[in-house]
Amino acid sequence: MIALAAEAEQVGNTWLNLAIFGGFVAITMIFVIRAGKTNKSAADMYTAGAAFTGRQNGIAISGDYLSAASFLGIAGAIALTGYDGFLYSIGFLVAWLVALLLVAELLRNTGRYTMADVLAFRMREGPVRTAAATSTLTVSFFYLLAQMAGAGGLVALLMNIDDRLGQSIVIAAVGALMITYVLIGGMKGTTYVQIIKAVLLIAGAALMSVWVLANYGMNFSDLLGDGAAAGALLEPGAKYGLSGTTKLDFISLAIALVLGTAGLPHILMRFYTVPTAKEARRSVVWAIWLIGLFYLFTLTLGYGAAALVGPERIAAAPGAANSAAPLLAYELGGTVLLGVISAVAFATILAVVAGLTITASASFAHDIYASVIHKGNAPPGAEVRVARIAAIVVGVVAILGGIAANGQNIAFLVALAFAVAASANLPTILYSLFWKRFNTRGCLWSIYGGLIITVGLIAFSPAVSGAETAMFPNSDWAWFPLSNPGIVSIPASFLLGFLGSITSSEHLENKASEMEVRSLTGAGAEGQALDH
Amino acid sequence: MAQAHDQAVPPPTPMEARYIAVQKSPEFQDLRRRYRRWVFPVTAVSLLWYFLYVALAAYATDFMGTKLYGNINVGLVMGLAQFVTTFGVTSAYVRYAGRVLDPRSAKIREEMEEEGLL
Repeated sequence: MIALAAEAEQVGNTWLNLAIFGGFVAITMIFVIRAGKTNKSAADMYTAGAAFTGRQNGIAISGDYLSAASFLGIAGAIALTGYDGFLYSIGFLVAWLVALLLVAELLRNTGRYTMADVLAFRMREGPVRTAAATSTLTVSFFYLLAQMAGAGGLVALLMNIDDRLGQSIVIAAVGALMITYVLIGGMKGTTYVQIIKAVLLIAGAALMSVWVLANYGMNFSDLLGDGAAAGALLEPGAKYGLSGTTKLDFISLAIALVLGTAGLPHILMRFYTVPTAKEARRSVVWAIWLIGLFYLFTLTLGYGAAALVGPERIAAAPGAANSAAPLLAYELGGTVLLGVISAVAFATILAVVAGLTITASASFAHDIYASVIHKGNAPPGAEVRVARIAAIVVGVVAILGGIAANGQNIAFLVALAFAVAASANLPTILYSLFWKRFNTRGCLWSIYGGLIITVGLIAFSPAVSGAETAMFPNSDWAWFPLSNPGIVSIPASFLLGFLGSITSSEHLENKASEMEVRSLTGAGAEGQALDH
Repeated sequence: MAQAHDQAVPPPTPMEARYIAVQKSPEFQDLRRRYRRWVFPVTAVSLLWYFLYVALAAYATDFMGTKLYGNINVGLVMGLAQFVTTFGVTSAYVRYAGRVLDPRSAKIREEMEEEGLL
């Protein structure tokens, strides 16, 4: 132990970590290459021909959703602040009820590839698709940036690469690998990567949780007691309870988390990879059980890391809070378990970025290129070619952004992605599914308004300037007191959608009737009973 | 009011008219009512329950820190209760949809197929 502390957390064996990760890449690459043989049409590229079962898709959704922020971030937040870290995971889970009850099935029945399909069903296609693509690309960009920057921090810990150039090279390698997955395997290959990753991640978390509990004779209360003695609080308040502003900030975050999930474009797109609404429902049910189970494990891991590793050691390690789970793995099972968990964490980042990349490229190729520029008459094969080029561009942008954002406070990037999704996407989706008076102007006001208000408030928040933890700690142009804009931007976006609709003379009630019949019955849905 | 509103809506295309006829049918209205009557209140109650929990965590930290058994406190039980209700609502919806919604929507879809609407 003493020798270890003196080593300043040079834990694990870099080559072993690399070898295990290499094994993961090799296995997934076999699946991706096999999937690539059928990756020809736009339907293959975007939705794997809608041929996955609900169970497969549900596992893949959990693989898409449980990002590095969930695994490393939440475990670390619990280890350092205790209960407040747990609050995150509850918002992330309850959010799925909105997706299950209001969105998944109806969306499956009325769309084909992207979120914009649902909006364009009723409204003027050009402007609506452009708006939806803009918000999809924005959410994907922030989310990608967070994942890629997170990869940089992880590298520091797991491969003992602490110079910036070395980390940048690894970020670029992760990005290149992700582009390869998407280009070769399309949605089918990406889905396999997510399935494999989800199984590894959940199994790894389960193993560690049982291991931690075994150290306490399976007595959860004793584990909590030890965690609390080390400094991880058992009651809320360590992070958000400091003042009235932080409490309000927390409420605002909670709103964005619970309403953002059902507006995340890469999650919405997954509902199109199954043939029917019933399979979409089954997907969400699988996802809810797996995600819930996983968050219960992270609770154990977080307090376990506090008790067995200690908050001081975690905070001092490279990667700080993010290193809680890997350090706990090292404490429990030495270099081998650390290697396995590190590889799982890398696989997590890889699978999530691949899912985001495919969503962003589909949105550009399908919504902007094929529908807006070519009005649905793009030359044969051109849309897929554009999607591939878009995937490369998105990947390169993510690599450069990730290198630039390396070492930044990434938690707010994820919060921002959720806030934009909840403000710009969810209101328009709910309005178009449930409100017959909704029309083009309402849609545009809601998407652009939600987007501008969210990004604007963030830009003038303490997350960007004027605080020690801000992006620009040495400047101060912040006037909005909260780091999370959801409490303002989400109601504002709903209101804008309402006002825009009722002030416009465009009436789409007839189309709304058709949409409602289709959404509830699946009549005429893409992929439904397509036997030809 | 209703009349002025109707005048603003352009006449439906033949395709839309067929869907509007389905929408007005008692079978579809029944399906729509049974769907909305279940999911709207359940979503609302689930979100309110979540926001109650969030508000307690932010503003009633002492209450949440009350120990119940060993180191298990009210906050932990409330948090785990969110998991339980989420799992519970999920299972209940799957049963309800399979028993009530799916047969009705399948029947309407089949009728539309027989009439050559699709």
